[in-house]
Amino acid sequence: MITKEDVEHIGWLARIEISEQEKAEYMEKLNSVLDYFGQLDEVATEDVSPTYHVIDLHNVFREDVAAESLPQEKVLANTENKQEGAFKVPRIG
Amino acid sequence: MVYENPDGVMIGLEIHVQLNKLKSKMFCGCSTDYHDAEPNTHTCPVCLGLPGALPVLNREVVKAAIKVGLALEGEIAEETQFHRKNYFYPDLPRGFQTTQYDYPIVSKGKVVIEGEDGEHEVGIWRAHMEDDPGKLVHIGSIEKSKGVLIDYNRSGMPLIETVTAPDMRSPKEARRFLDKFRNILEYLDVFDGNLEGAMRMDANVSVYGGTRVEVKNISSHKGVEKALLYEIMRQKNVIRRGGEITQETRHFDEARGVTIGMRTKEEAEDYRYFREPDLMPMKVSDWTPKIKETLPELPDAKRARFIEQYGIADMHAKALTSKIMLADFYEGVCKKGTDPKQAATWIADVLLGELNYRDLVISSYDGSTIGCINDKDHSIANSTRVADMVDLVALFTDGKISDRAAVEVIRTILDGEEEKTPLQVIEEKGLFKAEDDLVTKAVAEAITENEAAVQDYLGGAEKSLNFLVGQVMKKTKGTADAKTAREMLVKELKG
Repeated sequence: MITKEDVEHIGWLARIEISEQEKAEYMEKLNSVLDYFGQLDEVATEDVSPTYHVIDLHNVFREDVAAESLPQEKVLANTENKQEGAFKVPRIG
Repeated sequence: MVYENPDGVMIGLEIHVQLNKLKSKMFCGCSTDYHDAEPNTHTCPVCLGLPGALPVLNREVVKAAIKVGLALEGEIAEETQFHRKNYFYPDLPRGFQTTQYDYPIVSKGKVVIEGEDGEHEVGIWRAHMEDDPGKLVHIGSIEKSKGVLIDYNRSGMPLIETVTAPDMRSPKEARRFLDKFRNILEYLDVFDGNLEGAMRMDANVSVYGGTRVEVKNISSHKGVEKALLYEIMRQKNVIRRGGEITQETRHFDEARGVTIGMRTKEEAEDYRYFREPDLMPMKVSDWTPKIKETLPELPDAKRARFIEQYGIADMHAKALTSKIMLADFYEGVCKKGTDPKQAATWIADVLLGELNYRDLVISSYDGSTIGCINDKDHSIANSTRVADMVDLVALFTDGKISDRAAVEVIRTILDGEEEKTPLQVIEEKGLFKAEDDLVTKAVAEAITENEAAVQDYLGGAEKSLNFLVGQVMKKTKGTADAKTAREMLVKELKG
């Protein structure tokens, strides 16, 4: 059961602001999702090994070869907040 | 002797090691060679966390992790996989770190260290692969910083995080563990420990009547030892005053040598680990036998072989194998026909001592020269050649120079501006051992010129003999062998 506090906590983790009205709405929706997943508990899975991935693939690797990186101008092209070749953000904490 | 551990100190470590010897990053082809580069010049959509970019794991990262696991005598998992550790911080462009959670690649290893009471085993709980975040640079001081600059060149660098059991019982043991651990990794050739940020450590520590406190992000072995000494003292004081230790994370202020409590978060950490859907699980335990064959001789095995093969003391074998480059240098000297015992003494006792005195740490060996850099200032470099060590030991064992002169040669070469061979130094400084008749003459002079000292010595004052030996050394400008001079004086005076 997801409570209002859970919704607030999830909102904080995702750094989004949620209004009181939205909290009630999300609580209801999240609970219905949870109920839906609850159906899985009805399936007998004692003898089934866990699925790590929906695609049955493993060991996908690349070789250790260095390739060209993006030029600095391109890296910083999408921001106005830059200084000395670095991204600039407000101080933290 | 059994170490009692009176305060019930328990220390566990988490060590992050950057696999900086690989050519490319963990999940993309960006070069790992960014240490002197401009900010944000070694990045791409993957390590910048741009939407839609997909990671593909570097095969060599997995191999290195298995190598480390085998060297730590750990178990390699049959199946292993990545998880996402979710949190927001500007150095983490995707909003999550790709790491391993309940299926780490390595578990249940151990490392034997020189403990407080002899050999002591430190358990390794796990070692796993994860990627490094970017680097933050505060504008101005941390407290007054107006903003933060982010360089993502480091983002996506492959790391191996090793977690030990809380098996260390003193800061000294923690330091010993770190020295040994780093040594093992250097033997494996998976990282260059001298590069900035190559090794970062967190330490957990508790004492009797307290609880576990974590000190985060310490960058040097000495720093870990200092942080732990301070933290144990602090915890003991709190308990003695009737206070209670709160479980918390603290930060180590290296300059002041103190740990500082970090602001307690209003919310508990909640990383919401879940399986990384963009990376496939791995079944790599069948790589293990092949990788095992490529493992080099590790420090403990090399130490035992040195004792066996060269007949040197354990103390010397231990010192010589404490760095792979030093061990190779020693064997290089021995291969040139130098007496292994003499070589061990001159390298382990004298050369190492002189390097330590100058804060020089060994950073390379190319088969003919050992390179060093200053621990505090990496722009200061130095070196010692195999050929010079071979010549120096030969000159000493042939009786051409005294041991004092040999030490002076080493010092002169280390401190000199120009490259010089031992022979050049000896000739320039006139360090050849004095001829016997010169010493005989000096002995005779010392006796006639120092009547009072002679009488004191004959009257039983042993110290006066030292004075007379000193006079002989002075007269021969230090070229006489002190032991011979002493023997000759005694013979003259007491017959």
